[in-house]
Amino acid sequence: MPQIFSPAANTWLKASIVGGALLLATTFGVIFYLGSTSYVTRQHQVRPQPVPFSHRHHVNQLGIDCRYCHASVETSAFAGLPPTKTCMSCHSQVWTDAPMLEPVRDSYATGVSLEWTRVHDLPDYVYFDHSIHINKGIGCESCHGAVNEMALMWQEESLQMMWCLECHRGPEDFIRERADVYKFESQPDYSAPMDQSALGAQLIRGYRVNKDQLEDCSICHR
Amino acid sequence: MKRNPMALIYTGLLCVLCLAAASACRQDMHDQPRAEPFEESDFFGDRRSVRPAVEGTIARGHLRLDEHFYTGRIDGALATTFPAAVTIEMLKRGQERYDIYCAPCHSKTGDGLGMIVQRGMRQPESFHSQRLLDVEVGHYFDVVTNGFGTMYSYEERIDPADRWAIAAYIRALQMSQGANLAELPESDQQRIQQIVEVEE
Repeated sequence: MPQIFSPAANTWLKASIVGGALLLATTFGVIFYLGSTSYVTRQHQVRPQPVPFSHRHHVNQLGIDCRYCHASVETSAFAGLPPTKTCMSCHSQVWTDAPMLEPVRDSYATGVSLEWTRVHDLPDYVYFDHSIHINKGIGCESCHGAVNEMALMWQEESLQMMWCLECHRGPEDFIRERADVYKFESQPDYSAPMDQSALGAQLIRGYRVNKDQLEDCSICHR
Repeated sequence: MKRNPMALIYTGLLCVLCLAAASACRQDMHDQPRAEPFEESDFFGDRRSVRPAVEGTIARGHLRLDEHFYTGRIDGALATTFPAAVTIEMLKRGQERYDIYCAPCHSKTGDGLGMIVQRGMRQPESFHSQRLLDVEVGHYFDVVTNGFGTMYSYEERIDPADRWAIAAYIRALQMSQGANLAELPESDQQRIQQIVEVEE
């Protein structure tokens, strides 16, 4: 009877153990890496929209407050996407024959909704609530980036769980005075605090942010 | 029995690719079969997941019996009084709401030269005109609720209590523009003096 194992079998066995472990690690590494690329997270990608709405124009150049359009952001989970009527409250008078606004006029005349492409879409198992973040002093900018400078809207952050946790583990690095929530760092009326960590600690007490709860699974997943 | 070591490597790579591809395919938990606000629906004809309320629907707790508070009128005539006492908190709330929803056209001082007017919107009447100084306070509530001229209704965005707060703030703005320097508190007089000195 010939030998079942060749003289090289020992080497092959050792190599396959190491190789298997490496393969497994690589597999997870690759999946993890692919999951965090902007191809998957859709970070920094401008998506097609029915109207090329410019936040930069409306916020920076016209000085319109976020809440003029996103009217339910203070009181509900959903920030509120403006109905066509909100657009028309100015555009029935201003830029009335701009071809770019044809879909808006059509929508207002026919009552058929404009079909915007959602830019920030969290998974359905995350129960995100805008109002609590706003009322505890988290600025729009902290999650949405410098929207006041975006000619077309994109998603600034990855919106992945580890990104959420950066702030849930250390909210004092991001928390602002409530009066500054709707301001942007690049705007002249906003001045960044001299000492964010001191202000942060003070606001966390003042706004009664319960830090012990912020990492509970059930705070976001219900 | 001899295996080609390259075959093992290829098989491994294939596994990695398959796993990576599979991880990006299953989105059932991501997009659960429930409607998020404003989400598109393939069930209803108008493709809206949100159903419009049947006309005349009153949500529980939303019956609006108080004519003064909810319409700005008393027995059909514009109210000359506020439904509740005006407080400093109410004025501050009114200022905040005014700056969000009214100032784009009416401007922060109420002269009707806001940014949108500078960009082509028809100029509204100044809040400091004699007609608007004399008008019943219920008028302001009514205009926010129902719109006026080219101004659309802001009923959906500003709730009744905030409309009264805005009306109160407009009254404060009107007083501010006609105020007598000597009647102001000492600290405000000093601030105005400083501003005047800087500008000179």
